[in-house]
Amino acid sequence: MSDPLAGLYQELILEHAKRREGEGALEPFDGERFLRNPTCGDEIRLRVRLDGDAIDALGWEGQGCSISQASASVLAELAPGLTIADVRSRIEALRELLRSRGAVEPDEAVLGDAVAFAGVARFPMRVKCAMLAWVALEEALTELGR
Amino acid sequence: MTIGTQPALTEERIQQLRGDFPILAEQPVGVPLVYLDSGATSQQPRQVLEAEWAFRTRHNAAVHRGAHTLASLATDDYESARDRVARFVGARPTEISWAMNATDALNTVALSLAEANRAADVDPALALREGDEILVTEAEHHANLLPWQRLADETGARLRWVEVDDDGVWTADAALALITERTRVVAVAHVSNVTGLIAPLEPIVAAAHAVGALVVLDACQSVPHRRVDLGALGVDAAAFSGHKMLGPGGIGVLYLAERLGAALPPARVGGSMITTVTMTEREFLPAPQRFEAGTQPVSAIVGLAAAVDYLEGVGMAAIEAHEVALGERLAAGAVAIEGVRLVGPPPGVERAGLASVVVDGVHAHDVGQVLDAAGIAARVGHHCAQPLHRRLGVAATTRASTYLHTTEAEVDRFLDVLSTVRGYFGAGRA
Repeated sequence: MSDPLAGLYQELILEHAKRREGEGALEPFDGERFLRNPTCGDEIRLRVRLDGDAIDALGWEGQGCSISQASASVLAELAPGLTIADVRSRIEALRELLRSRGAVEPDEAVLGDAVAFAGVARFPMRVKCAMLAWVALEEALTELGR
Repeated sequence: MTIGTQPALTEERIQQLRGDFPILAEQPVGVPLVYLDSGATSQQPRQVLEAEWAFRTRHNAAVHRGAHTLASLATDDYESARDRVARFVGARPTEISWAMNATDALNTVALSLAEANRAADVDPALALREGDEILVTEAEHHANLLPWQRLADETGARLRWVEVDDDGVWTADAALALITERTRVVAVAHVSNVTGLIAPLEPIVAAAHAVGALVVLDACQSVPHRRVDLGALGVDAAAFSGHKMLGPGGIGVLYLAERLGAALPPARVGGSMITTVTMTEREFLPAPQRFEAGTQPVSAIVGLAAAVDYLEGVGMAAIEAHEVALGERLAAGAVAIEGVRLVGPPPGVERAGLASVVVDGVHAHDVGQVLDAAGIAARVGHHCAQPLHRRLGVAATTRASTYLHTTEAEVDRFLDVLSTVRGYFGAGRA
């Protein structure tokens, strides 16, 4: 039987959903954001610690579907060590990819493991799940004035 | 085989009825559609669509005004619809007001009570004061919780609730223990949209009326699926939605028992609901027009009446028997799957034709995605009942809800796919 879900639930996503990289309450931290997706109840509390103009570390706690949890894990793996400007442009790149309905080709150099979310673009109802942690980081940085 | 004078829903009969629903032949994901989301919104048979089309193309005009013949034809259709909906639920036509949907209807009751309480000479039967109590259950849909929460906040009354157990079930005894001399309103769902529990209404209505409290019924999940006689039940107000009973969206029904309809002030004022207006004064029409300010969605009302005709043609007793059997099949099938937790009454205990489940280790959204890939439309989420889900210890559940066109094979297909979900996500394997 062919699997119509394979494009959505790539191995990498299922693996991250279990690994949950960066899960836990980060201490100390500079910024924090709690976000909830009211349609499905996904929620995340994300903390970020900065080191000058760069992301030093991310920590998150949350619950939700495998897409939202994997996405937080991928972000926690990708972001530390990157500059704030770089992270912001990668968040924008994921947003563009997810909203493209499949028209945009993902760039692994920019998105890392987040290229696995390319399939989500064909499931518009799930885009918010995949963006949740990334939007939380974006808003945490904005609140910090960064 | 017949129930009363109407045929029971044999497999042959169901297949025949399915032919009336054009959407059931659609394949949104490329495989046959298994529609198990009637509890959220039901599908419409041709007869409903044709009734709306006929009204719009032959009789459309403003009702209750104008002297031309077309207006008279439209008014006849409009009031005939009210008569048929009233008869369907054991009400008088004057007890049936139109609303946008059940949420709107329940808001109308609460807002009208708030309005009554703003008057200096508030009707004692409607008065809500500090120390008075409004009783709901922990299982309510937000539509039958938030209006009462807010009314309590506004009037100083205290909101109390009947707690549910670990399965989301509550009992008549628990409710009766909370109905006291202080109780002014009891608002409860007839059938839970999450657990399928059928409320023990008879003792609750008796106890509430014994202390002079109003009983407001959220009938969204009962009126579409079983014979409901609101007059015989003795409730004071009830609400249900057209789109959940084979009718169009945008039309709901507010039932106000005669005594309450006569006492309650309108929440909305304007056209079509007055007798005399001066620049400073207004006098309102009696119910039901008093609660129908502005132009109503007449073609949707005509469509709703056609839905009622359709349901009566199939037979509410037959529909109920069919769906109760499917509900039992869902419940029994769900508990037989390892790692699946059933919410609501256990198998063998009466439930409506729906079942909500939790799959251990897999979020409901992911469950819904696997079901969708197999062509199964089920509802995932908190079903507008967050307090209930919080009590159950989950953010979301997966619900299959049936209707008269649902087959045993469709229920079995749902259960089959449900049984593959944990394997797909590797849940239980670490």
